[in-house]
Amino acid sequence: MARKLNLRIWRGDATDGGLKDVQVDVNEGEVVLDVIHRVQATQMGDLAVRWNCKAGKCGSCSMEINGKPRLACMTQVASFEEGETITVTPLRAFPVIKDLVTDVSFNYKKAMEIPAYAPPADLKPGEARMEQVDVERSQEFRKCIECFLCQDVCHVVRDHEENKKSFAGPRFFIRIAELDMHPLDILKNRKRTAQEEHGLGMCNITKCCTEVCPEHIKITDNAIIPMKERVVDIKYDPARMFAGLLKREKRS
Amino acid sequence: MTTEKIALERYKYDVLVIGAGGAGLRAAVEARESGLRVAIICKSLFGKAHTVMAEGGAAASMGNANSNDNWMVHFRDTMRGGKFLNHFRMAELHAKESPDRIWELEMWGALFDRTKEGKISQRNFGGHEYPRLAHVGDRTGLELIRTMQQKIVALQQADKREHGDYESHIKVFAELTITEILKENGKIAGAYGYWRESGSEVLFEAPAVIIATGGVGKTFKITSNSWEGTGDGHALALKAGANLVDMEFLQFHPTGMVWPPSVRGILVTESVRGEGGILTNNKGERFMFKYIPDVFKDKYADNEEEADRWYVDQDNNRRPPELLPRDEVARAINTEVKSGRGTEHGGVFLDVSKRISAEIIKKRLPSMWHQFYELAGVDITKEAMEVGPTCHYVMGGVEVEPDTAAAVGVPGLFAAGEVAGGMHGSNRLGGNSLSDLLVFGRRAGMGAAAYVKQNSSASVSDATVAAAAARIEAPFARTGGENSYSLHAELQEVTHNLVGIIRTGTELKEAIEAIAEIRKRSANVAVSGGRKFNPGFHLAFDLDNMLLVAESTAKSAISREESRGGHTRDDFPGMDAGWRQSNHIASFDGNQVSVRKQSLPFMPKELFDLFEVDELKKYMTPEEIAKGGSN
Repeated sequence: MARKLNLRIWRGDATDGGLKDVQVDVNEGEVVLDVIHRVQATQMGDLAVRWNCKAGKCGSCSMEINGKPRLACMTQVASFEEGETITVTPLRAFPVIKDLVTDVSFNYKKAMEIPAYAPPADLKPGEARMEQVDVERSQEFRKCIECFLCQDVCHVVRDHEENKKSFAGPRFFIRIAELDMHPLDILKNRKRTAQEEHGLGMCNITKCCTEVCPEHIKITDNAIIPMKERVVDIKYDPARMFAGLLKREKRS
Repeated sequence: MTTEKIALERYKYDVLVIGAGGAGLRAAVEARESGLRVAIICKSLFGKAHTVMAEGGAAASMGNANSNDNWMVHFRDTMRGGKFLNHFRMAELHAKESPDRIWELEMWGALFDRTKEGKISQRNFGGHEYPRLAHVGDRTGLELIRTMQQKIVALQQADKREHGDYESHIKVFAELTITEILKENGKIAGAYGYWRESGSEVLFEAPAVIIATGGVGKTFKITSNSWEGTGDGHALALKAGANLVDMEFLQFHPTGMVWPPSVRGILVTESVRGEGGILTNNKGERFMFKYIPDVFKDKYADNEEEADRWYVDQDNNRRPPELLPRDEVARAINTEVKSGRGTEHGGVFLDVSKRISAEIIKKRLPSMWHQFYELAGVDITKEAMEVGPTCHYVMGGVEVEPDTAAAVGVPGLFAAGEVAGGMHGSNRLGGNSLSDLLVFGRRAGMGAAAYVKQNSSASVSDATVAAAAARIEAPFARTGGENSYSLHAELQEVTHNLVGIIRTGTELKEAIEAIAEIRKRSANVAVSGGRKFNPGFHLAFDLDNMLLVAESTAKSAISREESRGGHTRDDFPGMDAGWRQSNHIASFDGNQVSVRKQSLPFMPKELFDLFEVDELKKYMTPEEIAKGGSN
């Protein structure tokens, strides 16, 4: 039942590295993470790979498989042609630590910069009432398993290190959208700060993030585009601009 | 090893939380909110803990779905589920405080599914008399983790505003393994470990340490647990002088995936049965009706018609037997398969497609649909799943004081969540672990805060540090020794074959010898490659922990000559009221684990009186019944 698979693995660290060819047994139904583990146990005891649940629920085993950002635990070996070499490399948008493991701390820094949920001051525990249809919009975004594949694939930062400072990335646009659509959140201007402080305007809606999302979250259509439209409404609404003008005149 | 290297990184905190799953994060929030400086240590990235895999929900008697529910009903269900071996006080605190813990999460931004009135929706689960589980589809654990992760970020943002630094009062140390808990003069002084990324060593000095490391599943071959479930906290606590209570009780979840082999063990949530899934064997027989034990005869339907009616009218019908507590269902499936009535791949069928529509399945069980479709090529809206038992949860754990979560015998040490013992007795009900980690995570945070306020900061001696560092260096110094991957595989074979779902005295004796032999060889594990993100090196330490856990489990199991909950002895098939009065206490002398019996605290009259005497007679001795409570 077992057959041989040609696997090409990137090995190295921040200073140096390259692709190494190995042959490994593969059994029916196995995913790419299974064969990486077999290489680890039998040929390369110190091969570095991040993983946790092996069930597509934790988002740890993110890597690039034949150049595409994927979860190794959800990629069936059988989805490739028999005899095809499978190439596994670390996420390209983040600095390599070792082998298939990258430094994803960028994402945790960005998470700290998104203002937290803000419930009404007089809301008491147990008294919240929300309609299922209203929570579902935010629930879609809360399905996110933080695999950061969307961050990795995004053109804005993938080959442009210089943009990282001013761009939070798709993962955090859905976080802002989730809070913005939360039925009880009272913090104002989430969309405006998404545009002004977190780089929403830099997104040019190529939908690459949506395509790689293992949770099938419609990142572009349901979070980014609605926020962009509302930002346009707020920032370039002639009625508001006129009201703003009046306000400024009154003040002066 | 030079002293410069040892001194590389040193931190001082008030409280050190080991583990960043639900219990650890809840404890950290509590300790921080009491004004303390807290370090959170996780073996993987922040937010990846095994809690994310909890699917079904968190049990709390909010009474949103059935107003008859209250803490007393929840307490009774929990004690029944655990076959009355639970620490009554833990079960009481848990039942009373769970609703507040769920509502609190909602205040922090959690978005649970709703009832028509806009309240938190509650679903049915095995062993719970009323629909009781707050849930978010079938990804409730992820919602819990994300909510607490974001609560911690919110606290860090407040610290940034007040002190100018996000990490002034609460810092997450991700991908760091703790190898030792340190004591000075009999009290907790800190912990020692290494960064997984670089292999460089770290010393934490803190007067209080909270262990919240979760479970032990990786000790077994077929498990629903992620790689992190290696019993680290159980072993760290043992080595620090704490006790483990009732380690023989392991929960084999009845429904894990069985095919294809690479996904064997991955959990299939109990919600599938809660939503109406039925179990059948290869003859098409709905077999659970044959396996209703006497103690549950009056609560479970003995025919299909009544079981089916229950889904629409719960007040006038008994529950379907698919919703018996997990130990009963797991044993039933095991018997069916062993009697030749299993599926092609050694499981049974679980089918939800005949009872509910494809649309509702995808809405209520989205990640199950996804998991079977992508990993097994099965569309659960059209066909049955193949399922079988998988090692899921350890009821045994660190012996603690219920109110403070303080580890018995070690001042400054606390434990909460799966790593703590007592709460679930011999078997945990589904949904009771997410509520357990919230209730006792908070209590551990409170307990540690109260302790720190009365015990000044700790410092660790150079000699203690040098010993901890030497232990980390040791496997690199050996050449041509044992391979940690092969030893781990051997251990898993032993536990699976000899300490599994059905046990016998002869096999357990064999297991104890085999585990000792592997432990002897593990002292000679050699690691290839350097310190930088080296999984072989990481496994060497995990292996040591798993060996201590396996030894505790096998030695407790051979001593308990009865069958109860998550411990089934083929040679002692009955439940024995005499044994109900005893816990097993495992301790470690630096060389081996020893196990002794200890009396289980008896519940006071006000809790005793919550039960019908006729029910208690099934579990207790006539003397206990006559006494009617401890006060």
